[in-house]
Amino acid sequence: MRYAMAMDTRKCVGCSDCVVACQTENNVPLGFCRDWIVEAVKGTYPDTVQMHFKSERCMHCENTPCVRTCPTGASHVIEGGIVKVTHDECIGCGACIESCPYDARYVHPDGYVDKCTFCDHRLEQGLNTACVDVCPTSCLIFGDLDDPKSDVSIILKEKDWYVLAPEAGTNPQLYFLK
Amino acid sequence: MEEIINVSGRAVPHIYPHLEIWGGPIALYLFFGGLAAGLLFFSSFFYLKGKADTMPMTVKVAPIIAPIIIILGLMLLLYDLHHILYFWQLFLHFRIESPMSWGAWTLSVIMIPAILWPLSYLDDIIEYLKENKSNCKMIGLLEWANNLIKKLPVLPTIMDIFIKNRALVAYVTIGLSIVLGVYTGILLSAFNARPLWNTAILGPLFLTSGVSTAAALLMWMSNDHKERTLYSKIDLMLIAIELFFIVHMFMGFLSSGIAQVEAAQLLLGGPYTVVFWVLVVGMGLVLPAILEIMELRGYHIPIAIPAFLILMGGLLFRFIMVYAGQASGFNIL
Repeated sequence: MRYAMAMDTRKCVGCSDCVVACQTENNVPLGFCRDWIVEAVKGTYPDTVQMHFKSERCMHCENTPCVRTCPTGASHVIEGGIVKVTHDECIGCGACIESCPYDARYVHPDGYVDKCTFCDHRLEQGLNTACVDVCPTSCLIFGDLDDPKSDVSIILKEKDWYVLAPEAGTNPQLYFLK
Repeated sequence: MEEIINVSGRAVPHIYPHLEIWGGPIALYLFFGGLAAGLLFFSSFFYLKGKADTMPMTVKVAPIIAPIIIILGLMLLLYDLHHILYFWQLFLHFRIESPMSWGAWTLSVIMIPAILWPLSYLDDIIEYLKENKSNCKMIGLLEWANNLIKKLPVLPTIMDIFIKNRALVAYVTIGLSIVLGVYTGILLSAFNARPLWNTAILGPLFLTSGVSTAAALLMWMSNDHKERTLYSKIDLMLIAIELFFIVHMFMGFLSSGIAQVEAAQLLLGGPYTVVFWVLVVGMGLVLPAILEIMELRGYHIPIAIPAFLILMGGLLFRFIMVYAGQASGFNIL
């Protein structure tokens, strides 16, 4: 099993529903977030100005520098390639935060490091992640890459996509559709 | 309107807009680690060279600083942990891929010789202080500690075994001190996500810089002219090696990928340029080197000036690397 997410940059309107859904679902403390919206405006006015939105979160990389640099093993990979943090083992040293090219982790006010879990507690119940379910434009597609019939496998075959900072060598599993 | 990038809904402390998860305490910790590594290296090295009696400051007296600054460094490290009550988890695991794990274990192991070494020389330290700094207020405290140790049950036996095997301890300490010195650089260089840190030369560079600060401190503390001259020469050599490493670090960055080139730009025209080239390279390496050459040529220069400059340069170098490294990263837009 290899969970992955595709994100359609052409459909996203930057409403931040995914951010709020995640904060509500996962009791993310006020002023913090596990996923976020990037609004990119490119070009020189008035000639060519382009804008697009991206909904970002932990990329649940295949090659995980955050797990490698963790001194206690609190950062670990569970089935499906989901990267998680065991709160009781985390000492809050920040090594995983320094090692993440996507700055996807943050220090929880309680001291441990927190991040997106791909809502593994919902996946266990056969549900989708909170951000996917709430998205009003259905721009987030989640599923198992090992299953060729899953939504995410199909859309990644059909459409052209890119990942962020592939040169970091982390093999991220959040795919952005062009 | 030029290109504008806007990230909304992400005002997470210490992460956005700049990563600032590590700060002053880590820089100071790396400085203390390097300094302690240097002090322990020199004391063991010159003991094995048979210089215990001709260089008492190096072999016997100065190592007393090492355990103090290692403890200070560890306290700074613990202070910087956000989940501090779980710090013991560090010592339930050893993870070979994690430099942080290596550091925690190395510091713990090196604490044993770092504490026992000066304790085994307490008689000599007291004698040295009485001879050279008779008004030192530490003497009373040290004498009290010395008497206490002799009355304790197991410790005198341990000390006897330690003193009998001092040569072996010195060899082990040299090894451990090199691991500690290199670790202070490797801790940073293990992060692929921070291109300014992600260079293998950072380990040797931090080791050289740490040993150089220790040589500067020993040069400052010593009363003996021959010992001072020796450390002047050692420091000159280490400064040359450091400059060589720094040049090669930039050569590596500038001939690498765009993330590395942009990281190097932070120190070559970017916000850290002046502090790095003026304060670290200029006042922390080149100026003390010139002063030491003048001193060796017979000009009278108070030894405190080059020593202080080298120590400050080493400290600032770590601060700049910690902060500038976190400002470097991959383009993720």
